[in-house]
Amino acid sequence: MKKLTLLAAACALAAGFGSAQAQVSGDVVKIGVLNDQSGPYADLGGKGAVTAAQMAADDFGGKVLGKPIEIVGADHQNKPDIASNIVNQWLDTENVDVVADVPTSSVALAVQEITKNKNRIHLNSGAASSDLTASKCSPTGIHYAYDTYALAKGTGGTLVKEGGDSWYFITADYAFGHALEKDTTAAVIANGGKVLGAVRHPFPGTTDFSSFLLQAQSSGAKVVGFANAGADTINSIKQAGEFGLVAGGQKLAGLLVFLSDVHSLGLKTAQGLVITDGWYWDRDDESRAWAKKFAEKNGGKMPTMVQASVYSSVTHYLKAVDAAKTDEAKAVVAKMRELPINDFFAKNGKIREDGRMVHDMLLVQVKKPEESKGPYDYFKILKVIPGEEAFRPMKAEFGCPLVK
Amino acid sequence: MEQIWAILGIPPQALFGQLMVGLINGAFYAMLSLGLALIFGMLNIINFAHGALYMMGAFAAYLLLEHAGIGYWPALIVAPLIVGAFGMIIERVALKQLYKLDHLYGLLLTFGLALILEGVFRELYGSSGLPYSPPPGLTGGFNLGFMYLPVYRGWVIVASVVVCLATWLLIEKTRLGAYLRAATENPELVQAFGVNVPAMITLTYGLGVALAAFAGVLAAPIYSVNPLMGSNLIIIVFAVVVIGGMGSILGSVITGFMLGMLEGLTKVFYPEASNTVIFVVMAIVLLIKPQGLFGRAN
Repeated sequence: MKKLTLLAAACALAAGFGSAQAQVSGDVVKIGVLNDQSGPYADLGGKGAVTAAQMAADDFGGKVLGKPIEIVGADHQNKPDIASNIVNQWLDTENVDVVADVPTSSVALAVQEITKNKNRIHLNSGAASSDLTASKCSPTGIHYAYDTYALAKGTGGTLVKEGGDSWYFITADYAFGHALEKDTTAAVIANGGKVLGAVRHPFPGTTDFSSFLLQAQSSGAKVVGFANAGADTINSIKQAGEFGLVAGGQKLAGLLVFLSDVHSLGLKTAQGLVITDGWYWDRDDESRAWAKKFAEKNGGKMPTMVQASVYSSVTHYLKAVDAAKTDEAKAVVAKMRELPINDFFAKNGKIREDGRMVHDMLLVQVKKPEESKGPYDYFKILKVIPGEEAFRPMKAEFGCPLVK
Repeated sequence: MEQIWAILGIPPQALFGQLMVGLINGAFYAMLSLGLALIFGMLNIINFAHGALYMMGAFAAYLLLEHAGIGYWPALIVAPLIVGAFGMIIERVALKQLYKLDHLYGLLLTFGLALILEGVFRELYGSSGLPYSPPPGLTGGFNLGFMYLPVYRGWVIVASVVVCLATWLLIEKTRLGAYLRAATENPELVQAFGVNVPAMITLTYGLGVALAAFAGVLAAPIYSVNPLMGSNLIIIVFAVVVIGGMGSILGSVITGFMLGMLEGLTKVFYPEASNTVIFVVMAIVLLIKPQGLFGRAN
C-alpha cells in the first residue's frame, strides 16, 4: 500500500513537472482579435481579421502544447476607452493571452500600455503609428505588418524623387494622422522637398473634404498627401477628383491605402495612385493560394495586408508557444524573436528588440481599368523594398528603452 | 477692405470658396432637416431613422444601377418612391402604435430601427462604401474665379432649393397642405369633416422619408455609398432642427443653409473644431431662445 502511495506521489510529481515544462495559463491559449467591426476601418481588418485568426488556429491543428486554441473577437469602435475596458476584462477575467490586430493608433497605444503592465502579448497588425516601436515600445509588443515610417519612406520618398517636391497634408486629427504626417514630412525633407502646410480634419465623422481640398488646392503644392485611412481616404480621393486637383496638375498621395479602399473607390478614380503596401495577394503562388482560401470564408472578398498579417502573426505566435513550451508572454516573445518568419506573408521576416517585424515592403501602383482582369486585380508591383531599407533603423535615439 | 482681409489672415477668394462649399453642405442639412421638421410637426415623432433612410436612398440608387441598369436621373425619382413606400410601411406597422405615448417611445423605436438598417447594410455591403459616378452631363466644373466649382455640386444646390421650396409651397399654399396643418391642430375635428386623417399622416411620413432618400441619391456621387453615411449626418441635422425650431419648416431650411456656411468658415479658421461648432451654436440658442430661432413658444 505504501509503495502504491509512493508511486502515485511520484506520478503526481512527474505530472507536475510536465506541466511546469509546458505551462499554459488557464488551460487554454486564447487570442483576442480587437478591431473596428462597424466603423470606417471595418473592411480592412474587421470580421475578416477574426476569420484570419480562426484560420490560423485551425491550420495549426486547433491545439498547442495539448491545450485548445480559442479565438475571440470584439469591436473597439475606434475608441481607446472602450478598447481599454474590453482588454482589461479579457486579461483579468477571461484568460486572454494575446491581443491581436488592433487598428487605430490611438487605441493601439492604449492597448500597448495595458498589455505591457499586465505582461501579455500585443500582436499588432492594423495600427500604423511608428511610435509603437519607438517611445511607446513594449517588451511584449510586436508591430507586424507596416508602420507610418515605412509608408512615409515608400510613398513620400518615391514621389519626391519623381519631382513632387512641395507637399500639403490633409491629416486625420488623431495619433495616427499626426504620426503619418510627421514621418512623411521627415521623408519629404530628407529627399530635398518641402512642406507648404497642413490641415487637420476631425476623426471620425468627416464625410465632406471639399473645404480641406480647396485649401490644399490654393496652397499650390505639387503633391497633396492624405494622412488618413479607410473611408476617409476614399472620400478624400474621390472628392479631390471632383474638385479638379488632378486636372489642375496636383498629384495625390494616398499615404495609407488598402486593397479594400481601392475596391470601394473603383479603378477609374484610383488609377495611377502609388501606394506602399506590406503584402499583396497576387504576388506569388503561395500568397494567391492563401488568399483564395481566405476569400472563400470572407464572402469572396480578397484579404488586405492587415488580414494576411493577422494570420501570419498568430501562426508565428503559436509556433513560438510550441517551441517555448509555455504561454508566458516574455518567454514566448523571446522565441518569436529567435525564430525567423517564412510564410506567404514574409520571407525571412525578423522581429527586432523594439518589437518591429522587419520584412520586405512593396511599392505598388493602382492599375488602369483596362489593365485589370477583374475585381481585386488592382495593383502592379513597381518594386520590392527590402526590409532593412523600408523600416526605421533601430537606434536608441528614437526613444525605445529596450534598445541599448 | 484690404485691411479686413489682412486681419482675417486669408485671401478673399479662399473665403468665398469656403462659403460656397458650406452652402453645398447646407443644402444636405436643409433637405434632411426639412423632412425631420415635417415629420415632427405632423406626427410628433422624433424620427431617428432619418439618417438610415437617407442612406437607403443612396443604396437604392446604387442597386437600381447595378441590378436594373437604371441610371441617375430615373433613380432620382424612383429611389425616393421606393424608400418612401418603405417608410409608409414602417408608419403603418410600427409608428402608428405610438402616437398616444410619450415622444420618447417614438425616438427609441426609430433609433432601434436605424441601428438595424445600418447593421443589415453593413453586413451585406461592408463599411468602406461603394462607388457611384455622377451622370455624364454633370461631370467637370466651372472656374468661378475664386474657386473651381464642380458642376455636380452646383446641381446639388439648385436641386435642393427647388425641392425645399416645393415642399414649403405644398404645405403652406395648397389645399392638401391646409388639411395637413388642420389635422395637426385638431385631428378629431378634421376627421369629422370626412378627411381621412390616418391616411394623411401615413402620406406625410412617406413624404418626409422620400425627402431623405432624395438627399441620399444626391449624395451618392459625392460621398461613397456607405452604410454609415447617415449616422455621420443625423446628429448634426438634429442640431439644425433644434436651432431652427422643432416643427418649423421654413426655419429648418434656412438654418440648414446657414449652419452649413458657418461650418465651412470654421474649416478655414479652426478646422479641428468643425464638427463641434454646430453644437456650440445649439447650446447658445437653447440658452437664449429655447424654442429655436424660428420656433413659436407654446
